[in-house]
Amino acid sequence: MAVISYREALRAAMREELKRDDKVVIMGEEVAQFNGAYKVTEGLLKEFGPKRVVDTPISEAGFIGLGIGASMLGIRPVMELMFWSFSYVAFDQIVNNAGNIRYMSGGLINCPIVIRGPANGGTNVGATHSHTPEAILASHPGIKVVCPATPYDAKGLLKAAIRDNDPVYVMENTILYNDKGEVPDEDYIVPLGVADVKREGSDLTIVAHGRAVITSLKAAEVLEKEHGVSVEVVDLRSIRPLDEETILASVRKTHRALLVEENKPFCGVDAQVAYLIQSKAFDELDAPIHRVSSIDAPQIYCKRLEDQQLPDVNRVVREALKVLA
Amino acid sequence: MAKPAVLTHPESLKRPAGPSEYAKDPVNASMSKAEKIALYTKMARIRHFEQRCIRIYQQGKIGGFLHLYVGQEAVAAGTISLLGKHDHIITGYRDHGHGLMVGMGMNECMAELTGRVTGCSQGKGGSMHYFAPDKNYWGGHGIVGGQAPLGTGLAYAVKYMGLKGSCLAYMGDGAVNQGAVHEAYNLAALWDLPMIFVVENNGYSMGTSQERSTAHPGCLAKRAEGYNMAWDVINGHDVYEVRAKTALALKRAHEESKPTVLEIFTYRYFGHSMADPDKTYRDKDEIKEYRDKKDPVLLFEQELLREKVLTPELSQKINDAAMAEADKAAVFADESPDPTVADVTKHIYWEEDNRGPDTTSRGTIIFE
Ligand SMILES: Cc1ncc(C[n+]2csc(CCOP(=O)(O)OP(=O)(O)O)c2C)c(N)n1
Ligand SMILES: [Mg+2]
Repeated sequence: MAVISYREALRAAMREELKRDDKVVIMGEEVAQFNGAYKVTEGLLKEFGPKRVVDTPISEAGFIGLGIGASMLGIRPVMELMFWSFSYVAFDQIVNNAGNIRYMSGGLINCPIVIRGPANGGTNVGATHSHTPEAILASHPGIKVVCPATPYDAKGLLKAAIRDNDPVYVMENTILYNDKGEVPDEDYIVPLGVADVKREGSDLTIVAHGRAVITSLKAAEVLEKEHGVSVEVVDLRSIRPLDEETILASVRKTHRALLVEENKPFCGVDAQVAYLIQSKAFDELDAPIHRVSSIDAPQIYCKRLEDQQLPDVNRVVREALKVLA
Repeated sequence: MAKPAVLTHPESLKRPAGPSEYAKDPVNASMSKAEKIALYTKMARIRHFEQRCIRIYQQGKIGGFLHLYVGQEAVAAGTISLLGKHDHIITGYRDHGHGLMVGMGMNECMAELTGRVTGCSQGKGGSMHYFAPDKNYWGGHGIVGGQAPLGTGLAYAVKYMGLKGSCLAYMGDGAVNQGAVHEAYNLAALWDLPMIFVVENNGYSMGTSQERSTAHPGCLAKRAEGYNMAWDVINGHDVYEVRAKTALALKRAHEESKPTVLEIFTYRYFGHSMADPDKTYRDKDEIKEYRDKKDPVLLFEQELLREKVLTPELSQKINDAAMAEADKAAVFADESPDPTVADVTKHIYWEEDNRGPDTTSRGTIIFE
């Protein structure tokens, strides 16, 4: 096993899939000559040439729509959005076209496209650049959404996404790009829709996705050391499909649940998870479910306040203690 | 209108040094000595403000993105110096120069960059999101091209209210490939709106040279023909030329209520933003060539020295004062407080900020 960064893991996934399948094409703004705005695609142009790794103009509706069209004929485009925030100018393509084409054609047409890029706050870039649209997009049947938190998951989920025959939207996090972790040398995938218990525990279940998993793991340490509480952390990894069974199994074990996400609270992913738990494991609960989300406002620019707007370790610990009280 | 000769980017470098051929244009010839000095002073202030920003960024006090305007000053200075009471402007994220030109203070601009509550947007917008609607400045927009329809709406509103005014929407050479820009072009032309689309062509969109991003019939402005719109190209290193040609577009907006696309050739000296190491996509020599031969602030200074409007002593005084003003703004930003946690949920809805007998909606609107 090699220890590599989240960024390198994503790159390795793309490199291996480019090699495995000559229908795979990487496309996006600055992905080729500039080696990627965040250097995720570094070296791919050199290795695979300009037919496979393509720079686009700043025309998200155009090039993403083009990728969707190409995928209908069997190309497997992996499109980079410099930020998922820029998907909003391509919303019609991403939702209406990619999400509905199979259904409206009565199953005649598939759309095996991957769109990937960072979707996170916490980088001091203000409201227009800090959107986390996983809940919005996952609310559309026809679309799959994953949010890896570790290098292992980033590589495995991206490879699974590229081999998937439906549109899969991979939401990364710029703050995680330098995080390191163990990644196997041999070929593997992380199937979509399989959550991962990142830490076992018996007193409380924390359900999280994306960077909130990392925050929750840190909070679990504090809860154990300072409060003697044993916390289980379930990383959803995949938002749609959603691994309902792993969530429920954990709640059946701990009987208490805290849901943590970096989204704003209204109709966030955790609203769906809370409904799931109360509908299928209501009798298992010893306390009401609590949530920690971002403070409900457009992302503030001021860094000191943005750090407080997002869920942090302190807030997770405080809320966990309320569930345990 | 007459079709101007096509300038491609390196071509604009070949223009001979020496007096501006637009000095005698009526909009420039009619400027008083004091007005010329004021215009030069504003350009110098933009330059020194941003150079001060670099230091503050390097000290770690500015985070996120910082897109500098250094090298492009004549575009904002030339165009905005012509505007009147009912002329409005809107731009992208490279927005400091426009802000200072419309009369925003260095203090509020600097404090916004460091996220202070004394900033122009109270620390909520940052570098990319300056606003001063009281000065007809509608931002500062982070999403490429998004300002073009907004600006077209400002022009629509001006016309609707029967005012003799206009809107100038600035964008980069990469932004012209956003769908929203084309939709705005069509609306402006179809509805005869007093609109000026200003394409600040600095040759690059991030690491992509203009030739690699855009299919065009010789120049970006010429795309206007597809919408039956007037267009022109401008050497953006010469503030007199910017003024002379923009004045014609303004006249078209004010008197005929017709839109124009202006493509202004310019150059940025620093990376796309401070996060861009700027080592891969262009030559250091190219930057030097522009800095040495085409610097808009320097060229205007030389012009005014030749005209005996400026003396070296006066120029020194102006530059020293601009530097001192930027230093003071840095101190002001340092000493200003942050917004509070309670401030995070303010300014989301007008109604929540203005609760009173006349506000009518009910129910939860900010969630936990
Ligand atoms: C819709 C959208 N896509 C991508 C970006 C990221 N981005 C910001 S600026 C920029 C380059 C724009 O270049 P140009 O229009 O030439 O303006 P310049 O930066 O040169 O002033 C890109 C790709 C964005 N902000 N919005
Ligand atoms: Mg540009």
